[in-house]
Amino acid sequence: MDLHIHGDTASPQEREAVDGLLGPAPSAWMGGLRNLNEEGRIALVGGQESRTQRHRLIEAFHAVQGRIGWVSEGALNYICQRLSVPPAEAYGVATFYHLFSLSPRPSTVVHVCDDIACRIKGGENLCQDLEKTLGPSGSGSWQRSPCLGLCERAPAALTLQAATTPRGITLAPTSGEEITQGLKQNAWPVDEPFQNLSRSIPPSGSRELRLLKRIGKIDPESIEAYILSGGYARLKQALALGSEGVIREVLDSKLMGRGGAAFPTGRKWEAVAKAPAKPHYLVCNADESEPGTFKDRLLMEGDPFAVLEGMTIAGLATGCEKGFLYLRGEYPLAGKRLALALDLARFAGFLGENILESGLNFDIEIRRGAGAYICGEETALFNSIEGKRGEPRNKPPFPVQEGVFGKPTVINNVETLVNIPLILKEGGKAYAQLGTESSTGPKLFCLSGHVARPGVYETTFGPTLRQMIEIAGGVPEGRKIQAILLGGAAGVFVGPDQLDIPLTFEGTRAANATLGSGVIIIFDDRVDMTDILTRIAEFFRAESCGQCVPCRVGTVRQEELFHRLRSQQPLVSREEELNLLKEIGQVMRDASICGLGQTASSAVESALKNLKGLFAERGQP
Amino acid sequence: MSNDGYWFQAPPVSTRIPLPPAEPVVELVDITIDGRTVQAPKTSTILDVTRSLGIDTPTLCFLENLTPVNVCRICVVELTGARTLVPACSRKIEAGMVIQTDSPRVRLARKMVLEFLGSSVDLSTAPQAQSYIERYDAKPDRYGPRKESARTHDHAEAVDGTKARTTQVPVKIDNDLYVRDYSKCILCYKCVEACGTDAQNTFAIAVAGRGFQSHISTEADVPLPDSACVYCGNCIGVCPTGALMFKSEFDMRAAGTWDESKQTQTDTICSFCGVGCTLTLHVQDNSIVKVTSPLDVEVTHGHLCIKGRFGYQYVQNRDE
Ligand code: SF4
Ligand code: SF4
Ligand code: SF4
Ligand code: FES
Ligand code: FES
Repeated sequence: MDLHIHGDTASPQEREAVDGLLGPAPSAWMGGLRNLNEEGRIALVGGQESRTQRHRLIEAFHAVQGRIGWVSEGALNYICQRLSVPPAEAYGVATFYHLFSLSPRPSTVVHVCDDIACRIKGGENLCQDLEKTLGPSGSGSWQRSPCLGLCERAPAALTLQAATTPRGITLAPTSGEEITQGLKQNAWPVDEPFQNLSRSIPPSGSRELRLLKRIGKIDPESIEAYILSGGYARLKQALALGSEGVIREVLDSKLMGRGGAAFPTGRKWEAVAKAPAKPHYLVCNADESEPGTFKDRLLMEGDPFAVLEGMTIAGLATGCEKGFLYLRGEYPLAGKRLALALDLARFAGFLGENILESGLNFDIEIRRGAGAYICGEETALFNSIEGKRGEPRNKPPFPVQEGVFGKPTVINNVETLVNIPLILKEGGKAYAQLGTESSTGPKLFCLSGHVARPGVYETTFGPTLRQMIEIAGGVPEGRKIQAILLGGAAGVFVGPDQLDIPLTFEGTRAANATLGSGVIIIFDDRVDMTDILTRIAEFFRAESCGQCVPCRVGTVRQEELFHRLRSQQPLVSREEELNLLKEIGQVMRDASICGLGQTASSAVESALKNLKGLFAERGQP
Repeated sequence: MSNDGYWFQAPPVSTRIPLPPAEPVVELVDITIDGRTVQAPKTSTILDVTRSLGIDTPTLCFLENLTPVNVCRICVVELTGARTLVPACSRKIEAGMVIQTDSPRVRLARKMVLEFLGSSVDLSTAPQAQSYIERYDAKPDRYGPRKESARTHDHAEAVDGTKARTTQVPVKIDNDLYVRDYSKCILCYKCVEACGTDAQNTFAIAVAGRGFQSHISTEADVPLPDSACVYCGNCIGVCPTGALMFKSEFDMRAAGTWDESKQTQTDTICSFCGVGCTLTLHVQDNSIVKVTSPLDVEVTHGHLCIKGRFGYQYVQNRDE
């Protein structure tokens, strides 16, 4: 390949940002200065060398975006030279991710959530106010955003500020006043102390906390505190047990993945541990972007070492030497705490070479997403780690056969991994006694919307939906429940007559619902559900990767259809529209490549089925 | 240097003509397609087998000389036991698979894919897609009148649903050799593959944007002459919709003189260099109007370079 670079060159700041990540450019060929003494008369080329770094493309864009606030043509060119990536391809990657701007933008931009949980808590009104005071979304210093994972403190916003040390500031709950004042005076709140995290874990009676026990209680920036509270004891135990022993415990525990797909974790581990191809990789899926989900953020912000310990045990058990933690780009605080925890753990000998004198090596690298829900899909996530567009791959081959970099890969969700030390502590068999027959262990639920005490609740599997809502204080102001969304945008709406669904994998399945990632959003009787459904349709249209026709166009047609239903302007008749909706849903479910397209109609279709009187024709009840 | 006076000796001339290495033996497996049980090599795709049985499985993003990307999803078939339909063009067969290629589910999926494409893309120069639309009785018009759409980068674009959004954008005419009309693009990724790893290794174009805003683009959409494009025209060769078109064809269509019924196709060998690519000259009214290359020719599998593809003007310099 012949690298064809055209047009602008990078500014000194842009270079500095990229060099900060990749080190100074070693030769003129890679965009550095020509040094005749070093290079002689023949230019040093390093195609192979720089191409092996190609997977750092997205991090390179982050470096520039974080320093300048947008990625110019010159910066893109310089990155291309450094990593030997053709500019057209790099442009294709950058434009895939919504956190990167390829046109000039102010250094401070506020991302304001207008997604479903915030919407019913004033998020939409907030956006409409900002449209009046600051101009349309995306035109400058603010833009609308899908769920920011702060739903328990709705309405939420996230300020991203480009600087030598870029900052991400969480504003939740926020107000139009706070945002406009912040922008005017460039004054933003500082990171809150970790103790404040406890407000997201409302007291839930006498229930014992296993996964959440440290959050808000111990300092997430202190490895001593973690060790004192029992941390890293399980890693030692795992080293003593050995790979097979650990996998046996995990199989015995019957742990099911907590990310949404509910696949038995032990089976995954076993497959990778036995896979002949080498190396093996471990990936922690921390790209929590399902609207209504915020549990992983809390775990990472409040107990980062537990995440790392779980990853290390998983990595060692499955024969990996390298793990990636793929972190949602909108989680700056979690990123900061995890990065610090990584350093401390490495320094203390819990990570890196010869872990605790065991002769085994394992290290972890954090990779940040950049505003793409689809990267929570495991194969899209692999592509993103490889520095590509987050387009899902066709399966088979499955990740345990060919995952990231084409190698056998274990991919687990944050919550799943945090369960691992617990399983070793309790013993696999004892762990399996918690919860029900097919849903074992503790589970985190994210309650938001119209409930008295929104937040993350931990319980062993078993309670019904009704009980969960009661634990969270019920619906405020004595209102009635109109609808509940289980499992997020890819989940299912249930009506107030379905409150006795047991919140277990089998219980929700039997009710044609889903647990998904543990989302429970409650809508009271004042909410205009047609607005919520339209927002969900819009969400999928905006988040589809665009690769396959059923989802790329299907999500667009589905969204248009909901607008027509809402405005009661059917093309032919209401019946025709509903029939069309069914066919659109069918083809997306049947023929899309990945889970996004396959579930893009699930919530909206379930609402039409389970909720009464939606989109009733004018003049009818 | 050694004493015998020679420091280099040519190896002895071989008396044997080298043979190609033996073909690896491929295991045969049984699969059932539309009730017929057949044996096929384990390395085949479902499409290979349906084709060998004479079943006409529609394809849009698949081409014999490119790596399957399986994105258009028109080739999907029903595999017993699978939750979703599976793409015939890329799914490898496994022993015992039971497949239906024309079930109601399959027909619905194909019809919808065609409606989605037909309602958002201009298929006027895509005869293949049009014939599928007829075959599956697709009705692209049932999504409302077409809307001209502007690409945005924001999830909150204003939508009212009364018009069906399309991918309409102005035609790009930025060089003398070929024209890009992305209103006709179905995003089959073929041109990207042909420009990249599957043939040309030039990487002048890639997919940019996301979702419905995805489109084929050079870096920052610069005109082709500023990009890495070397005008091999391999992207035109693989484009199934006429989104990429010889300037000659584009101009004749605009003038209303393009008439395929009056054209002849003649295969010849390119005379510019020693590679010896096969050229198919499309001739109308005694003038070459475009050049393609057959996919099944060993030498370059349908791919050419700028000289073979566009260097035909001299043939037409007649002394008159
Ligand atoms: S289903 Fe949607 S998100 Fe998934 S691959 Fe297809 S277009 Fe992309
Ligand atoms: S321009 Fe043609 S070849 Fe390229 S993606 Fe579009 S339809 Fe396919
Ligand atoms: S098309 Fe190009 S590569 Fe092929 S024979 Fe002609 S000049 Fe040579
Ligand atoms: S943060 Fe707004 S919906 Fe989740
Ligand atoms: S031809 Fe198989 S997916 Fe396009």
